[in-house]
Amino acid sequence: MKHIQTLETRNLCESAKNGGCGECQTSCCGIANQKCENTESK
Amino acid sequence: MIHAYKFGTYNIVLDVCSGSVHIVDDVAFEMIGRFENEPKEQILQSVGAKFPELPAQELAECYDQLSALQKAGKLFTPDTFAPIAGELKARTAGVVKALCLHIAHTCNLNCSYCFASQGKYHGERGLMSFEIGKRALDFLVEQSGSRRHLEVDFFGGEPLMNFDVVKKLVAYARKIEPKVGKIFRFTLTTNGMLIDEDVIDFCNRECHNVVLSLDGRKEIHDRFRVDYAGHGSFDRIVPKFQKLVAARGGKNYYMRGTFTHANPDFLKDIQAMLDLGFTELSMEPVVCAPGDPAALTAEDRAVVLSQYEELAKLMISRQKEGRPFTFYHYILDLHAGPCIYKRVSGCGSGTEYLAVTPWGDLYPCHQFVGDEKYKMGDIWSGVTNTGMQRQFAECNVYAREECRDCWARFYCAGGCAANAYHATGSIRGVYKEGCELFRRRVECAIAVQVAREIGEDAE
Repeated sequence: MKHIQTLETRNLCESAKNGGCGECQTSCCGIANQKCENTESK
Repeated sequence: MIHAYKFGTYNIVLDVCSGSVHIVDDVAFEMIGRFENEPKEQILQSVGAKFPELPAQELAECYDQLSALQKAGKLFTPDTFAPIAGELKARTAGVVKALCLHIAHTCNLNCSYCFASQGKYHGERGLMSFEIGKRALDFLVEQSGSRRHLEVDFFGGEPLMNFDVVKKLVAYARKIEPKVGKIFRFTLTTNGMLIDEDVIDFCNRECHNVVLSLDGRKEIHDRFRVDYAGHGSFDRIVPKFQKLVAARGGKNYYMRGTFTHANPDFLKDIQAMLDLGFTELSMEPVVCAPGDPAALTAEDRAVVLSQYEELAKLMISRQKEGRPFTFYHYILDLHAGPCIYKRVSGCGSGTEYLAVTPWGDLYPCHQFVGDEKYKMGDIWSGVTNTGMQRQFAECNVYAREECRDCWARFYCAGGCAANAYHATGSIRGVYKEGCELFRRRVECAIAVQVAREIGEDAE
């Protein structure tokens, strides 16, 4: 029996390896309401 | 660290440091609460006592599923991000990518709750000249390093009181774009009083987003948002907003409302805006000094917390009915949200994001304008108050002791420096009342995404 359903999410630990380009929109705070704009990093 | 909570019929578990979101049954929910603090046999025994109908093998299977998630780095993931907290800002030191252009320090409305003192920012009235605005855009290009997207928000006061300069500045930016290899994104915030065909055409051609100030119900809106004769603005602006939104195809805009002590039941204002045909909505708690008549009280905040939950349920039900709407703070892209660098380093105020006054002075953001000790320099000499800039560069999730144990820290990135300053007197303070509201919003935002993905009722 499956007790847990896991949603597909961007892994934050992985994003430490391929993130940080800084191209995302300045949120203004709603940091998490933004999208990543570096399509190569996802 | 995890955050486990119930929302309607959902048991939701957020793994804070991996960003994983799990929906679990009651057995797993019970087990997760004990997982880190009790040995396996004790967990199986105590959870078994709570669910006597479940065979031991089933309990063991549930435990194994949790263990597998932990091994896969999706549950109880340790926080290893502290060393990179200052990395993004250090890597991009000196780079500016966004300006809040105070095109007009004057306003045609006289809203008593205005944080900008009716657009004057506690100073003189004034309009930005084309020459100052042009220099600000050149400054932005010069300081932008390798950033390709540059953001400029026309802000005030009321930006449309200086619309000719707005148009000339956008034309100038479009002219230099190919030469400098940048893409400008313009946004405009307006109270709507001066919207006409020319403004609508311009916004739809040039503005990535428009922010339209409307507080919801007519009696709520007209309580604060009045002209200098004391007359409410609702009846004059709503038809203009409807026309502008229709001309934009109903996209790339936000109705931006403020709720105060007068309307902690702000869901009625959301509903009022939906009834007017607006579907892209943002309602924010008022920012003002405690004791101000508009300030939210502790009783108000309790109402607001329950309103956030009801709002999420309304979004879920309307989504099912094929009548979706957007609430800014419930937009959460689980698949393509910001990377961890952004989540630990914050909004960029005082570093990559600056506000420019009509006279060319630089401030950390629009909420510090008019507070002389936060003046950072000007558009000719750049940032000269490097000590102040350093203070903002050092703002991150790990700079505030209280944030280290907060499950929502990678969703707010330590929160708004201006709110912290106004609430505590320090940009590294913690605006606790704001945190309480923020955490509820994140819980609701995740629940909305869960409902969208697994498609069951949250009631």
